[in-house]
Amino acid sequence: MSFINYAAREINCKIVYYGPGLGGKTTNIQWIHEKTRADAKGKLISLATESERTLFFDFLPIELGTIRGFRMRFHLYTVPGQVFYDASRKLILKGVDGVVFVADSQEARMDANIEAVTNLNDNLKGQGYDLATMPYALQLNKRDLPSAVALAELEQALRIKDEPVFEAVATTGDGVFETLKSIIKLVLKDLKSR
Amino acid sequence: MVILETDHKVFVELLEKILAEANAGFVFLVDKSGPQIAAVGEMELDTTSLASLTAGAVAATEGLSSLIGETKFSTLFHEGVGHSLHISQVGEKAILLTIFDEESSLGLVRLRTQQHLPALERALGEVLNRNQLKGKPTATISSSAFAEISDEDIDALFG
Repeated sequence: MSFINYAAREINCKIVYYGPGLGGKTTNIQWIHEKTRADAKGKLISLATESERTLFFDFLPIELGTIRGFRMRFHLYTVPGQVFYDASRKLILKGVDGVVFVADSQEARMDANIEAVTNLNDNLKGQGYDLATMPYALQLNKRDLPSAVALAELEQALRIKDEPVFEAVATTGDGVFETLKSIIKLVLKDLKSR
Repeated sequence: MVILETDHKVFVELLEKILAEANAGFVFLVDKSGPQIAAVGEMELDTTSLASLTAGAVAATEGLSSLIGETKFSTLFHEGVGHSLHISQVGEKAILLTIFDEESSLGLVRLRTQQHLPALERALGEVLNRNQLKGKPTATISSSAFAEISDEDIDALFG
């Protein structure tokens, strides 16, 4: 649910990075934080375990500029990918405007990817949203690994509608901003069309 | 949710009353999905992070309450050495966060918060009702804020 504050002249939108554990959701956010101008970003907050696994969420606010006098602010969240943190994932989807699914391209993680897509669909429904109409982008991460599944095969297994698909290597930033730009455009176009 | 300038003024007036009467350092109204609605106080704070973490804390607490069969925990209290936090739910959609130090006390903050919560809930309820009325003035304002955005505007955001 976008949040328009006429007093502060700002529009806030919430984007959630979803996907299986160790797929690179936090790495995406860290790269965005590292490469965004200091005056356009807030603090990166990571609620993580000692071993740097996301426990609750990562949060990064970014501000892209103004449109028609409104500051455009995007709140980026990740969810914990580990299966047993489902309660946390549900909470973080509250008020979401757009979702990036970060898939792990490795063959051994195919089942985890499919399970996470199903889980996303279920949890969105639980919050009263429909993945079919939600602004959504699919990022195929870890494309540099030798065990990465062929692109066509991944798309066939994970694509759920006509969402844009991006190949990425989040550790080097490849595809990270392309995915972010795409989801932001989709969110704004969705809000515009309502 | 759409917050108009008039709404914001009402919220700020109510928050200022709580700030003064509770002798608090900062009072903050947050939407449950994370963004801030209004804030008053002199403390230098990262309000964006504060809003997000407050919403997260309340969301986690709601999860806990449902696990033990409670409908909700209406208040949370975090006691620190220098500063403490008092968190109350405002209706179903918002959270009131009060930060205070040794100049105040938990009892005073709780009392003043409870006194002003009904007015805050009413004000927020009016905003939410208006937001749900399709075809009414606010719906028009809300959609026009986005309708004016062109594809070129969106492209220009990325430089």
